[in-house]
Amino acid sequence: MITAPLLEVGVLVLGMVILMFEAFATKIDKRILAFAAIAGLAIVLVATFFVAPVPSPNQATGFWNFYTVDRLSVFFKQFALLTTILVLIMMIDYAPAVRSSFPGAHDGLGEFFTVPIFTCAGLMYLVSAIDFIFIFVSLELVTISFYVLVSFTRKNPVTLEAGVKYLVLSALSTAFLVYGIAWIFGVTGQTNLQRITEALATPSTDQSATLLGMVLVLVALGFKIAAVPFQIWVPDVYQGAPTPVTAYLSVGSKAAGFVVLLRVLRPFATLPQMQRLLVLIALLTLIYGNLAALPQGNLKRLLAYSSIAHTGYLLIGVVCLDSNAVVFYLVAYLLMTHLSFAVLVIVAQQTGEQIADFDGLAKRSPFLAFAMLIGMVSLAGVPFTAGFLGKFFIFYAAILQRQIALVVIGVITVGCGFYYYLKVVRAMYWQPAAKIDNISVSTLSRIAIGALIAATIWLGVYPQPILDALKR
Amino acid sequence: MVLFVIFCPIVAAILIMIGAPARKMAVAASVLTLGATLLLLASFSPEQHDFQEVTSFPISSEWHLSFTTGIDGLSLALVLLAAIVTVAAVWFAGKIDKYQNAFYACLLFISGGAIGAFASLDLFFFYAFHELALIPTFLLIGIWGGGNRVAAAWKITIYLAIGSFILLLGLILLYQSVPTASRSFDIRALKAAASLGQISGDAQRHIYLLLLIGFGILTSLFPFHTWAPEAYAAAPAPAAMLHAGILKKFGLYGLLRLAIPLLPEGARHWTNLLVLLLLGNIIYVGLVTIAQKRLDWMLGYSSVMHIGYIFLGIASASILGVTGAVVLMFAHGLSIALLFALAGELRKRTGTLVFEELGGLAKVMPFAGLAFGLGAFAAIGLPGFANFAGEIMIFFGAFKNGWEIGRFHIFQIATVLALWGMVISTVYMLRAYRKVFMGALNERWTGLVDLRSALRVPVTLLVGALLCYGFFPQSFVRMTTPAFRTYLTANK
Repeated sequence: MITAPLLEVGVLVLGMVILMFEAFATKIDKRILAFAAIAGLAIVLVATFFVAPVPSPNQATGFWNFYTVDRLSVFFKQFALLTTILVLIMMIDYAPAVRSSFPGAHDGLGEFFTVPIFTCAGLMYLVSAIDFIFIFVSLELVTISFYVLVSFTRKNPVTLEAGVKYLVLSALSTAFLVYGIAWIFGVTGQTNLQRITEALATPSTDQSATLLGMVLVLVALGFKIAAVPFQIWVPDVYQGAPTPVTAYLSVGSKAAGFVVLLRVLRPFATLPQMQRLLVLIALLTLIYGNLAALPQGNLKRLLAYSSIAHTGYLLIGVVCLDSNAVVFYLVAYLLMTHLSFAVLVIVAQQTGEQIADFDGLAKRSPFLAFAMLIGMVSLAGVPFTAGFLGKFFIFYAAILQRQIALVVIGVITVGCGFYYYLKVVRAMYWQPAAKIDNISVSTLSRIAIGALIAATIWLGVYPQPILDALKR
Repeated sequence: MVLFVIFCPIVAAILIMIGAPARKMAVAASVLTLGATLLLLASFSPEQHDFQEVTSFPISSEWHLSFTTGIDGLSLALVLLAAIVTVAAVWFAGKIDKYQNAFYACLLFISGGAIGAFASLDLFFFYAFHELALIPTFLLIGIWGGGNRVAAAWKITIYLAIGSFILLLGLILLYQSVPTASRSFDIRALKAAASLGQISGDAQRHIYLLLLIGFGILTSLFPFHTWAPEAYAAAPAPAAMLHAGILKKFGLYGLLRLAIPLLPEGARHWTNLLVLLLLGNIIYVGLVTIAQKRLDWMLGYSSVMHIGYIFLGIASASILGVTGAVVLMFAHGLSIALLFALAGELRKRTGTLVFEELGGLAKVMPFAGLAFGLGAFAAIGLPGFANFAGEIMIFFGAFKNGWEIGRFHIFQIATVLALWGMVISTVYMLRAYRKVFMGALNERWTGLVDLRSALRVPVTLLVGALLCYGFFPQSFVRMTTPAFRTYLTANK
């Protein structure tokens, strides 16, 4: 048994050790660093299953005022570690693209493999945070490391543009967050979420002022999870960033945003104004994400819009306050998004990122085409895949709460989703190939992709393990 | 045994995808499935009202979700249909130019998915198995189709995906409509709850409408039928056989299995709407069928039209009408599969299905001509074929519904109009037969050869089943009626 904060300490130490090693051992193949990082994170991942219980929040003192280890947070620590491991595997495949953008001796790969470890630590702190100050600090750790990652191949003007956009808008959203926290603190005199809930229950608290603060916080979180109207940065940044970083942004950053959202909203959820606002945001996000995805010809951009669309489905779950449905959806989303991006990283280096570049992939690499097929049908929500059960639980919650507008729009947008996801399937299976050479896949990627396929189908048939993990 | 029937095609499909010899494996698996189904039929005891051969594997105790399979007369009839049509479709498929293994795997997936849906006693798997069968249909049309395959595949994909999700909403609402304590995905548990009156009238009306639209889209109920003819015209013959023959029956099966027993109040409320829509199927689509100039489109429209009769039987909500609907589902599945198979063979040999370019083919292909004639007569509903048995039961059942001496209600009017549909279908079927097989033989076709003897086996199988249940419908009726008696006595 170990105490939970040791996990983050372990990740941070791992990151520093690898960074030091990189600085002094200049001659080695940099990919060894990535393997070391993967191995280290895997050890921490195993360790998360042996976390000791914590004092209950009521008697919490000192550090435990900021930091909690409930079911949700341990689950999401595992989620963050798994995401980071998968991203690192993708980064190994992506290494040639990074190397080519750094002419000269210093190829930058060492940092490319190390920064995600710190992001991971930030994500792990974030999901445990129960205090606004701590939320802010760990969110900044995540965001600042993403500034570096997004613009990593900075010789490419598109990437540089993406980096600048992300930097400016993210800084703006952070400002909103701080401003919102200041309002809430000003009214309630508290930053701890539990105490804010208590303060809100007393009639003397000014509710409208807290609501204003909460709306400002919502702006910042809306940016993180890519909800309309804070989604403008998403398509450009997703398209411009190195593909593994895009996957990381789209899964890690979003999942952390949702965990914080679920935690932060709890004190405010009972207020009807909040409910109405969230319904409106969810509707807009669903409509915008799905409609804008329809005409896309670039797969990376398509996945960016699809990520907005999935935020919409997740927000339905948030509106219904069904955290289990949200968490299950996030797990499904992790699997299928990583699957799609893993294939994209490999194929894009051979041909390109356009959907047309996937023409006839089934002939060139049946394995990759099948992986992409599973990824796409799962994103679209076909039964026997994790994506279907995710949508099922979300719609179940929405119907139970009689959120008619959300359900109707949700179903129509699912129809749109079928169109644009199957466009990729059509290209792979129905179109003739431009080139006919085979695409080689490294063993590690093959194992990772195979495991993702198996997990996507497994959770689509037998979701009980995840449901159990959340219940215990 | 039921599990074997479901998973035999699916396992064979997976083996074929891995690399087993496609055709041999597929034929063996489908024949094995048919054999197992016949064993099921032999061991089935019609007197028993409950589901038989029930097996259950719990999946989620929290959601009362389990993988439960079992059969009653209704599901057995459809599983039998699926097994027969699968053998015929796989047999007819022959050699495929590209991706032969994937083609056969898709066919078997459709078959396994359909059988799984028919034999599932759990709403979730009932739905999921059907979806499993839909995806290979899209692939079959998109990859191996002819004509405007990409557009057709596209249309059917979007149409049926939206239909399925509307259906899913209906199913979730159904699950939630019973009190929390008795919530379950198990159809039997839901039926028990419904018989205790735990589903309120309001809920029934909403759910029934959703189910009607969802199942209606999947089953090409007017006005949601436009995907069907185009898709069938573009689909390779075995895919059209499997979809029109088996998979389209899923929506009808769903209405019979869920809507009528669980939502009688909803069914009553929407009867008039359903009758209007099915008249659209019979009359409007019937007239459209007459106007067709190509055999494949004509067959596609005719299959849409005949669905109207089955809906009439379902709408009648009488034991006679509903049993007739099941008989007609079975018979229509066989006859349309036969016609699509022959049309596919014709297209393979002549490269065209335009009426103007064909003619007199019975001279060079006497066996195909005979088989097509039998199929056409069956589709019209000539006595001696199972279609006749089904249609006559539907008409009697529907006519008797709510009839008082001296006053015609909507059902009587609908029956009279539907009877005119018989005339319409006679017109187009016989005209198609005359234009393709009779008349002067075009010079171009003198070199055509008749069906090889190997291909005569599936034809004989289909025709034999049609005739068998046409002369002895009683054995079929005895099997299926007990499935309805328990809940239709209440609203005779």
